[in-house]
This record gives sequence, structure tokens and C-alpha cells, in this order.
Amino acid sequence: MTTAAGALDLPTQVIPIFEGPQCAPDQLFCWDWFTTNWPTILGPSLVQHVYITLIAVVIGLVISLAAALFAFSRSWFASGFLGFSTFLYTIPSLAFFLMFVPITGLSLTTIEIGLTSYTLLLLFRNSLTGLRTVPRSAVEAAEGMGLTPNQILFRIRLPLALPSIMAGIRVSVVTVISLATVAASVAPLGLGKPIFDAIHTVFSTELISAGVLTILVALVADVLVVGLQRLVTPWTRARRTS
Amino acid sequence: MSSYFAFFGDNAALLAELTLVHILLSVFALAVAVVLAIPLGAWIGHLHRFSFAVVSVGNVLRSLPTLAIIAIGLALYGFGIINITVALVILGFPLVLTNTFTAVEGVDPGTVEAARGMGMTGWQILTRVELPSAIPLISSGIRTSWVYIVATAYLATFAGQQGTLGDIISNIEGYGLSGVLAAATISILLAFAGDALLGLAERALTPTGLRLLAERTPAADAEPAPAAPAAA
Repeated sequence: MTTAAGALDLPTQVIPIFEGPQCAPDQLFCWDWFTTNWPTILGPSLVQHVYITLIAVVIGLVISLAAALFAFSRSWFASGFLGFSTFLYTIPSLAFFLMFVPITGLSLTTIEIGLTSYTLLLLFRNSLTGLRTVPRSAVEAAEGMGLTPNQILFRIRLPLALPSIMAGIRVSVVTVISLATVAASVAPLGLGKPIFDAIHTVFSTELISAGVLTILVALVADVLVVGLQRLVTPWTRARRTS
Repeated sequence: MSSYFAFFGDNAALLAELTLVHILLSVFALAVAVVLAIPLGAWIGHLHRFSFAVVSVGNVLRSLPTLAIIAIGLALYGFGIINITVALVILGFPLVLTNTFTAVEGVDPGTVEAARGMGMTGWQILTRVELPSAIPLISSGIRTSWVYIVATAYLATFAGQQGTLGDIISNIEGYGLSGVLAAATISILLAFAGDALLGLAERALTPTGLRLLAERTPAADAEPAPAAPAAA
């Protein structure tokens, strides 16, 4: 799967320096290699990985929120969308990315189309569930205050759906981080790039560096989303503690 | 499009062989995940303790990117069946663990009290009361886990384990997009077929009383906390 590497002209990583002066060839992990290649390979790919993830999740969130608001009163749309979501998760992700290559080429766009699709379906499902499971009393109180159905949807249901939406964001962030590594075999971007390089050369230092960095990105992102979740939905904790 | 259909005919023997290995690998990984997750989840759910630990472990494992695990595995324990199995087990394990734990812990306390009042021991309560009532949720965990494992097993190629559908999916230069899509189609069918078979097994295993209850109160408890996906 090294096809994409040469065919692209993107601001990316330099070819890794394999043996630093202090590295033995059979060493499991060579710290010297890590520090030598951090500014040229690992650092840039980490930043790319974060960008790739952010783009996919933000676009996915915008589209799926719009779709959920649209689907709220149109159940045919909701069930169709949900059925497709179940189907998408059965597709091997690499095949899904490759499907778009004839149209958009070996590019960032191809990756983002694939990744956004995965977030879209997770986020749509959670947004819709959130909008639909708002307590009846809250809706009735709003009706009593004379709010129109549209006002109720945007001012009552949408804020109260936040916990569910945030849960969807949490899952989709770690999912995209994981899938983005695979996407690197289509377009050489992100931490998947050094992983695939190292798989082909069986270079253990690079395998461990890139692998551990990807895991760290996922874990840190998960913690950050949980923090954000607490920040924007303070009432869920207040209810639990009282 | 015609080359897509032609691929099935032209490569029937190869596809059959790869499909078989793909199934064996996925079933093996799922079995390991289930054998590890159910006793652990059930025991901790039964104790009603360490719930924070289980949820945390589940969340951490769920967020581990599969390809990263394969990469680190290549450095630590090398190419082959062990590498891909470890990665797939880590993918499937948290879904089964959290679902088992949630289900067993969530069994109606009144039911457990009644069982204790009848003189059942802790082990009897677990195996005759808690686990049977937990079957629907455990099963949904196993089914989701199967879908993820089958859809991800193609990464075996990158873990140095040849013989799965990944050989075709990862080799678009050799087999073309039609070949990749043909192999992906089989993988998709395996996911649905396995899910359906596990659904039948669930139906057979679910105690009659529980099934009647579910039929009488449709949708009341039918949709428990959905297992969060983490495909790769």
C-alpha cells in the first residue's frame, strides 16, 4: 500500500532517518531515533492526525445536527438514515475509503469523506435520540408558555439533547482517530503514515513511536471530550449529586 | 460494474479459501473476547463493586486504535496470528465486558432478594437468576462485537497474517477496485450472517419468562444503553 506515497504532493513528512548514530540495528526502541525524527516525521504527522480528526468531527457534527433537526418530525428520513448507519459499520474501512478514490483521488478529500461519513452516522443517531427523549414535562411547560413548535425544538429540545450529542461526539472522536490511521494507506497523512512505513520496513522503534503516539492522541482526546461534556452540561452532574 | 460481478466467478476458489480463514480468525477472536469478558463482567456486576474501574477500562480499551495495537505488537511480539488476534480481542472485549457488567448489575434487586430468600447461594444467584436475565444485553454486546471484528479482521494482512479477505482488500494494485469491493461485500455478508445467527442463539437461550415479558411490554426496556462502536 505504498501507492499513495509517491503520487501526492502534500505538505507532509520527510523520509525517516533510520539509523541515528546511537542506534543499534536490533534495538527494540531507540530514543535517539525518536528525538531525531520528532521534528520532521512524528511531530508533523501527529499534528496532521489531530487536524484530520477535527475536520471530520466538526463537519460531521454540523451535517448531522442539521439532519437530526430535519428528521425530527420526518420519521421516514430517520429510519432510512439509521438503517444506512448500521450497514456502514459492516464495511471494512479500507474498502470504504478506496471506493471514493476514483472520484476524488488519493487525497485528503477522500479521507475526509470517509471519516466524516462514519462520524455523521454516530452523531446523527445520538442527536436524534437526544431530541426525542426530552422530558415531556419540559416540552409541556414550554407549550404552556406559548412557545411555537420551532421554538421548542431549538430552545428546549436542542439544549436538553446536549448530553446525548456529547456522548456521540466522544465515540466518534476515538473512532475517527482509529480509522484515520487506516486512511493513511490511501493518502499518506497522519500517524498512520509512519505506522505503514514501519510495517513495511519492520522498524520497531518507529512502530512503537507511532503506535504509542496514536494511542496517546486517542486517550487525550477522550479525556478532553469528557471535560468538554462536563463543561457544557453542568446540570447532569448537579442532578446526580443532589 | 461488470468486472465486479466477474470477479466473483473468476476468483471463486480464492475467495472461498480467504473467506474460510476470515471466518475462522474472526470466530476465534470473538470467542477469546467473550471467554474473557463474560466471567469478569458477570462477577463484578454480581459484586456490585468496582463499577468505576470496569467503565474506565472499557472506555480506555474502546479508544485504542486497532492499527496502533498491531504496530506496537509487531515490535513486541512480531508478525502473525497472535498479533492480529490480540488486536481483534481488544476491539471486541470492551463491548462484551461493559454490556455483561451493566446487565448483571442492573438485574432487579427484588428478584435477587427473592432468590436469596429461597436459600440460593451467591453462585446459584449468579448462574440461575442474574445471568439468564442478562442474556439479551450480553447478546447485543456479542453481536456488535462480531460486526466490528469481522469488519476489522482484514487488518490481519498488515499484522503479517496472510489468508484473510484482507489479502485482497489491501492489494488494490493486484486485484483492482472490483476485487476490493468483492472481498468487502463478502465481509459485509459475514457480518450480517453472524449477527443473524447470534440473534437465533439469543432467542434460543433467553428464558421463556423473559421473552414473554419483552413481548408484553414492547419497547419499554427493549432498547438498553447502546453499545458504543469503535470500528477500525
